[in-house]
Amino acid sequence: MTAPLDLFAIDGLLDDEERGIRDTVRRFCDDRIRPEIAGWFEDASVPARELSVELGRVGLLGMHLHGYGCAGTNAVSYGLACVELEAADSGIRSLVSVQGSLAMFAIWRYGSDEQKEEWLPQMARGEAIGCFGLTEADYGSDPGGMRTRAKRDGDDWVLSGSKMWITNGSVADVAVVWARTDDGIRGFVVPTDSAGFSATEIDHKMSLRASVTSGLSFEDLRLPASALLPEARGLSGPLGCLSEARFGIVFGALGAARDCLETTIAYAGERQVFGKPLTAYQLTQAKLADMTLELGKGMLLALHLGRLKDAGTLRPEQVSLGKLNNVREAIAIARECRTILAASGITLDYPVMRHANNLESVLTYEGTSEVHQLVIGQALTGESAFR
Amino acid sequence: MNIVVCVKYVPDATGDRRFNDADHTVDRVGVDGLLSELDEYAVEEALKIVEASDGSEGEVTVLTVGPEQAADAIRKSLQMGAHKGVHVLDDAIHGSDAAATSLLLAEAIKKVGAESAWDLVICGMASTDGSMSVVPAMLAERLGVAQVTFGSEISVTGDMVSIRRDGDTATETVEASTPLVLSVTDQSNEPRYPSFKGIMAAKKKPVETWSLADLGVPAEQVGLAAAWTKVDASAARPPREAGTIVTDEGDGAARLVEFLAGQKFI
Repeated sequence: MTAPLDLFAIDGLLDDEERGIRDTVRRFCDDRIRPEIAGWFEDASVPARELSVELGRVGLLGMHLHGYGCAGTNAVSYGLACVELEAADSGIRSLVSVQGSLAMFAIWRYGSDEQKEEWLPQMARGEAIGCFGLTEADYGSDPGGMRTRAKRDGDDWVLSGSKMWITNGSVADVAVVWARTDDGIRGFVVPTDSAGFSATEIDHKMSLRASVTSGLSFEDLRLPASALLPEARGLSGPLGCLSEARFGIVFGALGAARDCLETTIAYAGERQVFGKPLTAYQLTQAKLADMTLELGKGMLLALHLGRLKDAGTLRPEQVSLGKLNNVREAIAIARECRTILAASGITLDYPVMRHANNLESVLTYEGTSEVHQLVIGQALTGESAFR
Repeated sequence: MNIVVCVKYVPDATGDRRFNDADHTVDRVGVDGLLSELDEYAVEEALKIVEASDGSEGEVTVLTVGPEQAADAIRKSLQMGAHKGVHVLDDAIHGSDAAATSLLLAEAIKKVGAESAWDLVICGMASTDGSMSVVPAMLAERLGVAQVTFGSEISVTGDMVSIRRDGDTATETVEASTPLVLSVTDQSNEPRYPSFKGIMAAKKKPVETWSLADLGVPAEQVGLAAAWTKVDASAARPPREAGTIVTDEGDGAARLVEFLAGQKFI
């Protein structure tokens, strides 16, 4: 029997280093994440601090950034790591994405030398956790409408407002916060022990339960002039970070889909119905074949985008192609797999519904599918139809 | 302290493993291979010893005898942190038994030693495919040095090595001076994951490939024809029979106990 992605001979498209990195992450997840994940999801409690240090030791945090203690891998390797992490759980991949592609990337790309020296090495080691404050309760797809404001007071800045749906928020040591200023939207590096900073964990989630999601609040939070990210001006700053994180999702979502599909093929092979295994029925095989096609096509698209990113030619609308397709297909695969597992599929004994529920968040965060359709539509027609 | 670690490239135990029909050697076609898991403990132990002796110029050389794909086992060890690799590769080696393997390893270790003296040779406790556990002892004999096998805790002070060995009935701690051949168990440490930096650095580390001629070993002394032992026949085990299903009709526990007692499990 052949594994779904082996049918596409995906391994042959990777070099030794890329395979080595993928194998290391897969093994880390097998040893460290998989035995625990159902419990973390059930209890909505993940040992983020402990886990960050372990993820840092492997080199996963800010892995595709260069310098400051980061591993400096290529983009494809980062994507493959996201596949393995999300095959374990989207929440764990989210932790790594937010740390590396949002918080660390923002500092690495837009920060001052002092900000980079102070934060990046300890964030790469996982000793400091970062979060990224852009979304607000009333401003998701339209972040430009944000209400959080930073006012100059002498040399200082005074930050007030709130952010919502912030991954890692309650466990973070540092928050990259985007705020409206007299000079447009600017970014700030905010230590979470600053007076006026508070984070509240969001409870009662049905998705990403093995991930910390929080609301942040800033009450006249005073920051020195050195807290400003000097190189980011306007919305292009945070949108640049999101494009980085979305790139990881293009790959990562396929990990969740692969885990569902592999679980389902194994389950259906064992499950006897009317005296023969479920895999021996044509309807099951048709489902498995169709899901494998979508998984493989998605992986080929992801790898193509990864090679473009490594060549330095990847455009944001191409990342939208990947995120729209791969998350949409991943959640379809997860749901289809559930029909084969039937009742067993709704339990945490199998990863399928956990992945399906997680992918509900992945479908809308970092740009909803609809926003990506509009990005692609604009590229095709020249018409901006966002508003 | 300079350490040579002997590693083996073995078929993945999770794959479909079989002997080939022609000469009853391991069929490597269509089966993924990897660094024998038990050898990862040997690599880890060597890395720990070298890292603990900070300031000294210790190096870990990883050595394998095997077909071309066996370079994967070296690569994995280099990714974990070993400094250089030696691959003994020659078509004539196919089918070598433990005695011939130990000869090749010994000659390669002597050749490594001619460039820079080694203090320790570390092996895993057994390979995960042949599982004979005899190579370390044969190797020590061929090298004319002391051997301590099945070490589960190792500490090094100067040129003295202290080794804990856990037996079925007793635990002993033995001491030996270098040079020494040591095998370590899966209790000795927790092998590290190759870090991404390690994976990227591995590409630049030196790997030498030596043939029989490089080692001065005549082809007649190795390979299937020279083997002292060979597999005459092999057959796959019949698939396991389906278990007994006990339907609980109120007496489930009693019938379970009856079954376990009948099988002498309790």
